[in-house]
Amino acid sequence: MSPRQKRLSLILLGLALLASAVALVLSAFRDNLVFFVTPSEIAQGKAQAGRYFRVGGLVEAGSIQRGPDGITVTFRITDTAHALPVVYRGALPDLFGENQGAVAEGVLRPDGVFEAKKVLAKHDETYMPPEASHAVDQAQRAAQSLKE
Amino acid sequence: MRWKYVVPLVVFLGLVVLFAVGFRLNPREIPSPLIGKPAPHFTLPRFVEPSATVTPAVWAGQPYLLNVWATWCVSCRQEHPMLMRLKQEGVRIIGFNYKEIRGDAGLDARKLSPEAEAQLAWQRIGAWLKTGGDPYADLVVDLTGRAAIDYGVYGTPETFFIDAKGVIRYKHIGPITPEVWQDQLRAKWLALQEGS
Amino acid sequence: MLAEWGQVLLAQAIAVAALQVFFGLAGAQRGRVAWMVTARRAALAQGAVLATAFAVLIALFLRSDFSVALVAQNSSTLTPWFYQVTAAWGNHEGSMLMWAVALAGWSAAVAWRSQALTEAMRARVVGVLGLVSFGFLLFLTLTSNPFSRLVPAPEQGRDLNPLLQDPGMIIHPPLLYMGYVGTAVTFAFAIAALLSGRMDAAWSRWARPWALTAWLFLTLGIMVGSWWAYYELGWGGWWFWDPVENASFIPWLVMTAFIHSIIVTEKRGAFRAWTVLLAIAAFSLSLLGTFLVRSGVITSVHAFASDPSRGLFILGLLAVTVGVSLALFAWRAPMLAGGGAFGWFSREATLLVNNVLMSAAALAVLLGTVYPLLMDALGLGKLSVGEPYFVAVFVPLMTPAVFFMAISPFLRWKQDDWRRLSKRLVLDFVVTASAALALLAAADHVTLRAWLGLWLTLWVTWGSARLLWERLQNRAEGQSISERLSRIPGSWWGMWLAHLGVGVFIMGATLLGAFEARLDVKMAPGQVAELASYRFRFQGVEEKPGPNYTAMRGTIVVTTADGKPVAVLHPEKRNYHFSAMPMTEAAIDTTWRRDIYVSLGDPVNENEWVVMLFYKPMVLFLWLGPLLMAVGGAVAALDRRYRRQRAHLAVPAGAVGVRV
Repeated sequence: MSPRQKRLSLILLGLALLASAVALVLSAFRDNLVFFVTPSEIAQGKAQAGRYFRVGGLVEAGSIQRGPDGITVTFRITDTAHALPVVYRGALPDLFGENQGAVAEGVLRPDGVFEAKKVLAKHDETYMPPEASHAVDQAQRAAQSLKE
Repeated sequence: MRWKYVVPLVVFLGLVVLFAVGFRLNPREIPSPLIGKPAPHFTLPRFVEPSATVTPAVWAGQPYLLNVWATWCVSCRQEHPMLMRLKQEGVRIIGFNYKEIRGDAGLDARKLSPEAEAQLAWQRIGAWLKTGGDPYADLVVDLTGRAAIDYGVYGTPETFFIDAKGVIRYKHIGPITPEVWQDQLRAKWLALQEGS
Repeated sequence: MLAEWGQVLLAQAIAVAALQVFFGLAGAQRGRVAWMVTARRAALAQGAVLATAFAVLIALFLRSDFSVALVAQNSSTLTPWFYQVTAAWGNHEGSMLMWAVALAGWSAAVAWRSQALTEAMRARVVGVLGLVSFGFLLFLTLTSNPFSRLVPAPEQGRDLNPLLQDPGMIIHPPLLYMGYVGTAVTFAFAIAALLSGRMDAAWSRWARPWALTAWLFLTLGIMVGSWWAYYELGWGGWWFWDPVENASFIPWLVMTAFIHSIIVTEKRGAFRAWTVLLAIAAFSLSLLGTFLVRSGVITSVHAFASDPSRGLFILGLLAVTVGVSLALFAWRAPMLAGGGAFGWFSREATLLVNNVLMSAAALAVLLGTVYPLLMDALGLGKLSVGEPYFVAVFVPLMTPAVFFMAISPFLRWKQDDWRRLSKRLVLDFVVTASAALALLAAADHVTLRAWLGLWLTLWVTWGSARLLWERLQNRAEGQSISERLSRIPGSWWGMWLAHLGVGVFIMGATLLGAFEARLDVKMAPGQVAELASYRFRFQGVEEKPGPNYTAMRGTIVVTTADGKPVAVLHPEKRNYHFSAMPMTEAAIDTTWRRDIYVSLGDPVNENEWVVMLFYKPMVLFLWLGPLLMAVGGAVAALDRRYRRQRAHLAVPAGAVGVRV
């Protein structure tokens, strides 16, 4: 091979590597996007059971209950318009509580209960998880437009 | 082969144009759907006179801040001295106590009768105002939180900026700290006053 | 008064930075030695001024001067004194001042300690650094002044965020900022090369130690951040792929590519334009990282939109930096073309593979980090990119990179003969791959990921051992071992240690992932739980006051299955007085083989608690690996050849011997 051909084949090798890397990235990307839905959207049947996604809103007052094992927790997440029952096994974040914003990540069971794999709460007193406030805002907006 | 060195610059400029156009197409979301709308109507008991009820109409004529709070809310405690300071500076603050008993995770309101709930709430609010001072020109109590729903309240503290005509101009989420007041809110308050 | 002095010092620093820019760039362009010397002195002066300003800020914190807004918001009289000091950088304004101080420190170091450079090159580097500093100081004073007063002053401050009241947080930000800012030095070298059109082997040798130092600080900063998250967040994870972590990891990947690409530039004169581009990218991504972490877009795009001044300023700074640099690149880089040709099977080819993979990984992580923010900002919906994405992308990209990492040092420059190495490489591959499989089978845990990790560990460590062995063989007869060892240059040792560190890290991550165990359990006093052949006896929880918090302190006695004592652990649940924030404080018993990690969940009733028990094998290696990489970086940066090289002795690129 002449130096020129060598150079060309190296460039081609680099491009081939790059192309396969891009293909890898894009396919992994498509499979792992976690979409965010609000409790109202779930109530309207917009979320597919079995798919992994995030739900945000407020933890409904009086809804937190611990199972007999002490580890399983059930509660309801609400965006003030609709509430979604959630079950979670494990320790809850420090600032998880009633009337506080929270985001649950997991799958919707066919029976309509959301099985959370992860629960996020706010980091400090003033901060509300952005997705939780988004859910409540959406519900408020919907309520507003219904009235008008 | 000189052109290939221009590629990074072209890609970068392309991104800049894309973002600039993108941001222009989608103006920033309005933080609350209530802004620019008249403050929602409610009928709630006054703290000083539980038997009488008021509606937002009684405060019209002058701009005011509607401050949503509760004694169980830690950030409200933090915010309270600042409210006292604002009162001294002549800011008219209307208090809106939110789910005083039902919102408190430490209490089980279901065990209480409505009368006992109201009594406990008034007791707690009274104690709070006695120790921390009373920054409110008027104070209403929303035990059930039903009125708050119309305001899109999802946490405490929240403060609505309402102009002389009774229109919501701004909503601040979280405590009013001296810094936030200085940097953002004071200007908004002054604008309300000029408008009246 | 002190706070006003701080203001004055900041203003002075801006003025000095302007002088530094003008005399540095104009002096080098016109060849005026006196101007260039002035620029250097300005850099030293700026370092002194900003260091004083930072000292003033710390003094304000130690005095608990709550008339300064920053102090009132981040400290209190009850805060222990060392956290009062660290509170100075545990917030936006203070950390930005620290960024500026670090930059001034780097500039002063270049001005003071780089006699090897030509005066013009040094002046240009110092000038470009002055420009960065100027922009940043403007940002500091216009949008984030740490010395702003608060009227009236409160009687008590709000205390430092409890998450930050921790030894890891004392050292993490300074290390990370040294790394971030260090990329500015590499960037300045690259811009100076574009301005002067000079980018030969000597340039590479000047820039290399600075790049290595920046890289090692980034490595350490990321490692300490990961360590902090591990023990402080209370659930035992060590890497979350969250935007704040990614913000530091992306520049690290690019810098890793850079320190490899610059080797080819030095030895063979190739990849020159690419090296420059990497330097620009590394600094731009550091700025982007600063923007992501500091503008608040991560916590909430809407919060950012309601007060965008800070974010927009950094974004503007970023756009100007990238735009101008790339324009300069488009204009000047064509003269950097050329360099030696090389074949398929050569050291250059493996380093090219490294660069492609590192850049691809950096882009992939960047995509996953920025995409959700962009979608949200453009109102196209809310979504997040889960950890599985990063794992799915990162493992396949890094596996070939690590594979070639272990081969590359054996290869010759320009063109090597596949037959020379083929038999050995195939044999090594078969031996390490089957050894990994056998070990996993013995432990009864055969999964693809565990096998891949263990095989790479063996592949790298075996390769390192062989490399050292061959290096020692390769010497003239009659030399003693110590003589032979001492003849090996620092840059070689640095490479060897850093590559070994990669192997050690992979081992830690693999074995931890494969064999860790976790148990969340409700426990009453006296109750016993078992995990990974350890017994955990819960003794109950009692109240214990701290300086600025009250803790619920649990006691858990850990023994082996047959009752031998292992440790008594005290996990805590703290409530900080001023912020009223609850905080979980895990308790950890560490040996080189495993961590036992215990943290308190929520109380179920008066004496029962949810307790989280973890068995975490080989955690120490997760920190040891990056530590070895950083030591390697330091050893390579201190290589005597880089310091001795006088400018007039510089040899043109390509003329240097083939051996490292």
